Amino acid sequence: MFLQQIINGLTVGAVYALIALGYTMVYGVLELINFAHGEIYMIGAYLGIIFLGILTVLGVTEYSIILAVLLTFILAVLFCSAYGFTIEKFAYKPLRKAARLNPLISAIGVSIFLQNYVMLSQGETDKVFPTLFKTSYIEFLNATMTTLQVFIFFSSLLLMLMLHLFVMKTRTGKAMRAVAQDKVMASLLGINVDRIISVTFIIGSGLAAVAGVMVAMYYGRVNYFIGYIAGIKAFTAAVLGGIGSIPGAMLGGFILGLIESFGASYLSSEFKDAYAFIILIIILLIKPTGLLGKTGDKP
Amino acid sequence: MRISLSKIKTLFFIPWLSFLSLPFIGAKGACYLFIGICAAGIIFIALRRVGQVRLGGKITKELTTPKLSYNPKYFIAVSMLFVLVLPLWADNYYIDVAVLAGIYIILAIGLNVIIGYAGLLNLGFAAFYAIGAYSSALLTTALGLGFWSALFVSLILTTFSGFLLAFPALRLRGDYLAIITLGFGEITRLTLNNWDKLTHGPNGISGIPVPFIFGFELENLKHYYYVVLFFVLFAVIVVRRTYYSRIGRAWLAIREDETAAEAMGVDATRYKFLAFSFGAFWAGLAGALFASKMRFVSPESFSFMESVFIACMVILGGLGSIPGVILGSLILVVLPEALRDFQSYRMLALGAGLILMMIFRPQGIIRSRE
Repeated sequence: MFLQQIINGLTVGAVYALIALGYTMVYGVLELINFAHGEIYMIGAYLGIIFLGILTVLGVTEYSIILAVLLTFILAVLFCSAYGFTIEKFAYKPLRKAARLNPLISAIGVSIFLQNYVMLSQGETDKVFPTLFKTSYIEFLNATMTTLQVFIFFSSLLLMLMLHLFVMKTRTGKAMRAVAQDKVMASLLGINVDRIISVTFIIGSGLAAVAGVMVAMYYGRVNYFIGYIAGIKAFTAAVLGGIGSIPGAMLGGFILGLIESFGASYLSSEFKDAYAFIILIIILLIKPTGLLGKTGDKP
Repeated sequence: MRISLSKIKTLFFIPWLSFLSLPFIGAKGACYLFIGICAAGIIFIALRRVGQVRLGGKITKELTTPKLSYNPKYFIAVSMLFVLVLPLWADNYYIDVAVLAGIYIILAIGLNVIIGYAGLLNLGFAAFYAIGAYSSALLTTALGLGFWSALFVSLILTTFSGFLLAFPALRLRGDYLAIITLGFGEITRLTLNNWDKLTHGPNGISGIPVPFIFGFELENLKHYYYVVLFFVLFAVIVVRRTYYSRIGRAWLAIREDETAAEAMGVDATRYKFLAFSFGAFWAGLAGALFASKMRFVSPESFSFMESVFIACMVILGGLGSIPGVILGSLILVVLPEALRDFQSYRMLALGAGLILMMIFRPQGIIRSRE
């Protein structure tokens, strides 16, 4: 039971961590809570179902399931990145010099818009993700885990590792860190700040898309309002780990996943969604910089 | 017309948007969207050209944004007269919408105190509304109190809950505060939804009695309309007087620059507490009115979307401006009723409206006078 909760918690936590990375990266460069980020994740989940459907019609799934799933992931990531890029250009870029609350309100507008856009175009009912693989279980001590859970956990870890290397080792990653530290100074040193901000949105949205498709596969069904609650939870994970810090977002995601999984089984499952909010409030009141955030950082 | 790089970029965005929506609305839908955006763009450019020609090619700021010059006294008198005689000729449906609009006006005026005056973004305002509605509903049904004594107690409760929520407001900056208040709103809703013994969970509380006034039962919607109207006027007058008092000035000072305000001797802590409690007070009043009007409350009336909806009234109408807030609530309540056929597009338009408003007119439809 105990081990089982750890496995479930880590699976969900991996998804939270992937979404939280988008929040934390955008907050790092723009100091904006990108409220629409959860919606990107929801769009990713929908795109997964839509593209897999198209690929099935084209006969790719029959040819090779692995190829179809891989293509679905790639297409969903590309489209979601395009969504993130476009949203930034439309709704946030004109507001870069506006009062602090205006971009946040605009982000809420984007979130409402995307939610209703998906609802109107795809319908209010749940969309079902077809079961592709026969679920195989792995017995481990006295807990069971599905291969899908293992896949979600390890591919998230891999993506996080790749992101970490990208930010730490490449030129663009270095520029990203420079923009996060000081936008004006970075632009004086010849960094194209607009381009870096776009790159940040593209990477964050791509990660959210991966999370979306994985969740669609894991739970088997998606709805247009999953983005809101997942977004809030991922944001909590980002704050828990220290907003602006990439390792912090990963840590926060896993911790939140574990807390939720244990809370739901040992305390009360009805209040499962409330744990994230309670943690968020406690963290913001007691240690707003989070676990791995630098002291001296806002809020 | 000079064709610049930015114009080419703008043109490129039209097929780009259609392409993005391709997986969701299909090829046919994307074509329609493409044609629709093109048509809207052409109309927009044409209108601008017409405007330019009429103004002799030069657009000065004075000409494009004409100042509304009317005597507010006459305007207020005419609209008051209209509001007073409305129940004499309108049928019940219109009065029902008007009562709902009145309740939302009280809510928006209350939220305006927090967002517009004190500059603290609150995304959990529906929680105060819910506390007001539920406490009034529970006191009248479970304890059998009369409407007015229940109203009194529920006002105290909501004001106190506003006071409690002000604690995090003291420590956090704008956007974090918004998230905290959002969390508070969700926790309140989840509690109402799951505390079955007290609130009957998702089933809600029904059978809330009709209020009496001086032993006169308000069973007729028209009578109820006048009660709501009285409270709307009460809210407008009290909030307006507060705004022009020392307290209102202190709120504005904190909103503009907290450090400078404190340096001038404004006790920011005290005034933030006051803003939250005062704003919550009106939500409590609106909640109690809502409960006794519907005679039924359930948690789904107080979701996050409700909070956003009220915030939209304040933001679209004009932050800090009472006429703006009233206009905002009227637009958001009456317009969806008038455009019943487009009901499902309501939230889509609201989202787009928020973005466009922030880009083109962040101060709202009616700018506040300061």
